Amino acid sequence: MVTDSNPVFARRLSKNIDAPAGRIDILQDVNFELAAGEAVAILGASGSGKSTLLGLLAGLDDASSGEIRLFGEDLGELDEDGRAALRAGRVGFVFQSFQLLPGMTALENVMLPLELAGESKPRPIAEAALSQVELSQRLHHYPGQLSGGEQQRVAIARAFATQPLLLFADEPTGSLDQATGRRISELIFQLRQQSDAGLLLVTHDAHLAARCDRRMLLENGRLETAV
Amino acid sequence: MIAISFALRLFRRDWRNSELRLLAISLMLSVTAVTAVGFFTDRVGQAMELQAGESLAADLVLSSHDPIPDSYREKAHALDLKTAEVLGFPSAVLHGDRTQLVMVKAVSPGYPLRGELRIRAAAGGAERIAQKIPQAGEIWADPRLLAALDLTTGGRLSLGEREFLLSGVISRDTGEASNMFRLGPSVLLALTDIPSTGLVTPASRVHHRLLIAGDQAEIAAYRSWIETHLDENIRLSDMSNARPALRNALDRGSRFLGLAALVTVLIASAAVALSSRRFVERQADASAILRCLGASRALLLKVLLIRLLLLALTASLFGILLGFAAQFVLAALVGEWFTAELPAPGPLPLAIGAGTGLITLLGFTLPPVFRLGSVSPLRVLRRDLNVAPTASWILALCAVAAMGLLMLWQAGEFKLALLVLLGTLLTLALLLSVAWVMVAILTPLRHHSNAIWRYGLAGLARSPVMTSLQMAGFGLGIMALLLLTLVRVDLLDTWERTIPAQAPNQFLINIQPDSVAPLQQFLARRTGGGGDIYPMLRARLTAVNDRSISPESYQNKDAQRLVEREFNLSHAKSMQPDNRVVSGRWWRDDELDEPLFSVEQGLAKKLGIQLDDRLTFDLAGSRISGRVSNLRSVRWDSFRPNFFVIATPGLLRDYPTSFITSFYLQPGNEKLVSDLVRNFPEVTVIDVSALLQQIREIMARGSIAVEYVFLFTLAAGLLVLYAGIQASREHRRQESAILRTLGLKRSRLLLATAIEFMVLGLLAGALASLCASITGWVIADELFALAYRVNPWLWLAGTLGGGIGVAVAGVAATYPFAVRPPLHTLREA
Repeated sequence: MVTDSNPVFARRLSKNIDAPAGRIDILQDVNFELAAGEAVAILGASGSGKSTLLGLLAGLDDASSGEIRLFGEDLGELDEDGRAALRAGRVGFVFQSFQLLPGMTALENVMLPLELAGESKPRPIAEAALSQVELSQRLHHYPGQLSGGEQQRVAIARAFATQPLLLFADEPTGSLDQATGRRISELIFQLRQQSDAGLLLVTHDAHLAARCDRRMLLENGRLETAV
Repeated sequence: MIAISFALRLFRRDWRNSELRLLAISLMLSVTAVTAVGFFTDRVGQAMELQAGESLAADLVLSSHDPIPDSYREKAHALDLKTAEVLGFPSAVLHGDRTQLVMVKAVSPGYPLRGELRIRAAAGGAERIAQKIPQAGEIWADPRLLAALDLTTGGRLSLGEREFLLSGVISRDTGEASNMFRLGPSVLLALTDIPSTGLVTPASRVHHRLLIAGDQAEIAAYRSWIETHLDENIRLSDMSNARPALRNALDRGSRFLGLAALVTVLIASAAVALSSRRFVERQADASAILRCLGASRALLLKVLLIRLLLLALTASLFGILLGFAAQFVLAALVGEWFTAELPAPGPLPLAIGAGTGLITLLGFTLPPVFRLGSVSPLRVLRRDLNVAPTASWILALCAVAAMGLLMLWQAGEFKLALLVLLGTLLTLALLLSVAWVMVAILTPLRHHSNAIWRYGLAGLARSPVMTSLQMAGFGLGIMALLLLTLVRVDLLDTWERTIPAQAPNQFLINIQPDSVAPLQQFLARRTGGGGDIYPMLRARLTAVNDRSISPESYQNKDAQRLVEREFNLSHAKSMQPDNRVVSGRWWRDDELDEPLFSVEQGLAKKLGIQLDDRLTFDLAGSRISGRVSNLRSVRWDSFRPNFFVIATPGLLRDYPTSFITSFYLQPGNEKLVSDLVRNFPEVTVIDVSALLQQIREIMARGSIAVEYVFLFTLAAGLLVLYAGIQASREHRRQESAILRTLGLKRSRLLLATAIEFMVLGLLAGALASLCASITGWVIADELFALAYRVNPWLWLAGTLGGGIGVAVAGVAATYPFAVRPPLHTLREA
């Protein structure tokens, strides 16, 4: 049931862009909700608009029409800084391309969201988070000095360090080989279970999606429950 | 606090970013150029201040070309002040058959009243403070005189009719410091010895000085007394007004060097702008991540600004250190002009250097940096969401504001800063337009060339703006070097060629009336021609049309100086052959006793004198007046004695007069001069060819100093080249990888790159040669009225030098792309 008390709530959400060849509708009348602690996978072919949907729900972009509420706040009413403040400390992200700051060490990258959330002693928490992803020996390495799998583990540690209520994951295993990918997905679900965070997972990996509570398919701009 | 903490963490790694390194190096180069010049001019300024006090060798100095009346001395003694006298004039000393022009300085006991006189018993010997002035019959000399005449202490020198024992070598004479520029070695002797030399007569060109020193209260009392008693032919100097002309000249020189350094800043700023644009592009990802994780826009901007400020401070610090080292070279290049060691620089250039770094950074990086605040956090999902580029007008406005501020700071006055700024912008716009046209012309040529040339030329057309900017930068640097080397030498050569083959090269002044006939006979016998001898009197213009004039009556600085000092008058029946009347008419024989003047047209223009104006001169205390009957043009380059103002003989006949003449001395006939000095000891011989040589040396050294500053400009051009290469780095890497994958050999790839940069350098060099030739022509035509001929070597050196230099620099900078295995690049894509 769609209810605006859920951490993520969207109603009649549309996103379109004006291209030289005419208007392109990426999302049309999408309704979506994610209950507290729930894990939802969004499946779809490449270019179907999965990442766009994730971006809209996380407040990273503006919808063309419709309503989005994140933790009960109407994103349409907030400016960019307001949305950033809403995310700080409560939302974790894991991206396909890791998105670590190359100028900061693994430890500093993990400390970053803690500091932005106003944590006065971020270092022990970040060290513990990195220890959970088995990177205690790599605290002072820069992203460029880590393998792809290690970089994604740093990103996961960063995502969970603030004990978020919600985790957005965009193709978290997309850049990794099969074995590493399995290890990473294991880690995400293990940490999610420990923290009881909600999860919105965008993927085209059916095995990964199968581990979620619900699966939805995005096709032709419309979101449907997947079988 | 979070902002500072983030910024510090990121700053540690910023040095690994090539664009930030480039930004830092560009800033450092700007600061180095500005501080090198700043430190140097500060040292010269300090030397001026120090020497202004010391050079007086007293608290107050009264100076005049006429003897200073006793009343001034008596008043000083009445106030219990100390006095000393100094008499100065140029003359020739004789040692064996060798002569040398010297500045004679005769002093009374007690000299110097302030500062000190240090001498050595022999050249290179121990230095000691002289407690007394030279004894009667003894003379002390500047070490340069010893070197010039191959003389040692204990040797004998003739000065006028008297022979002197050289008993000391002057190592420091505070009173000599007023002559900061050395034009001849000086000799020091007792004032009481002067009459025996026979060199000084009432009409001689000598400079009298009365030095006064004592307690402040008495000096103040003397000063207030003298304000109401100072004769208009006597000049009062103290520390505040010593050597105004030299002060002005150095001030202008310092400003020129400062503005030359600013050209470096301007070109380096292009590299700053390019690298900051790339920095912003590269920071977009990090900013998006931070936004995604909840950072506010204000926090992002704070972090970026703190990092950039830290960068500016670090770069400025290194720039200041390098500038400090570089100024030693500048001081060594022109330091010989100064009679004393330059003092250590003060702290002001540090602030100027740091300020320049900061203003350059803010002016050229702030607009794109502010755009980073608007980066969309969605970029973490979609890399194609780039930072919107800053509007060109905002970039231009900030850049012009920064440059205007720097120029105002450096030039010290609004009008000059505005003129220089407009001039620079116009020149740059012109260079950019010409460069743009050149690039456009190249495009069709590509289609008629082979693959390597096509690829090379395509590199230039890749970004016409960037290519034009690089070409303008190099063009400016090469042009400056061409102007200061080849064009300068060409102009001097052209000017020297205009001097007649046997133009007089020796001037004889201080000829006394009773020597005129014997001297003419001597010259006729020894040179084959007697030469014309002209009377010469010193007078000061005091009124025009019975209205008193003073320096304040004129705006023009030259006019002010002309009114302030005495200048030479002559009288003649007929006009000299190299003069021509341009207005009015020369006097007839029946007008020779009428009070009439003939005025040189340049002087008339400067002082606003017109035909029929009534001029009044002060001539040794007497007032003489007359009407301007004609204006003349004078060929000054004939090297014959010429005069600004000539009077009818009747007007000046009764005043004490010395005479002047000139003659041509054949090379190898130097003994004539020593014989002349021996026979006519009171006559001063001025060797013009030696003076010309000295002027050449001063110009050469001055040019080297300016060239040195422009080397920074060339380095800035190289930085722009490098910044351009960095900006197209990704593109070049991809292209190189694809071409190598398709089978292009590494050597051929390097050849294509060499072609691209060589063509860029050739075009920049040709542009520079064109501009240098035009500038040379304008200078020759407008300033010197010379027929300037274009030197083909200028074009060859400028164009080929530019081509080879830029090709080497460009290939060196892009070499890593060519040697990188293509698979590495393709995998990363």
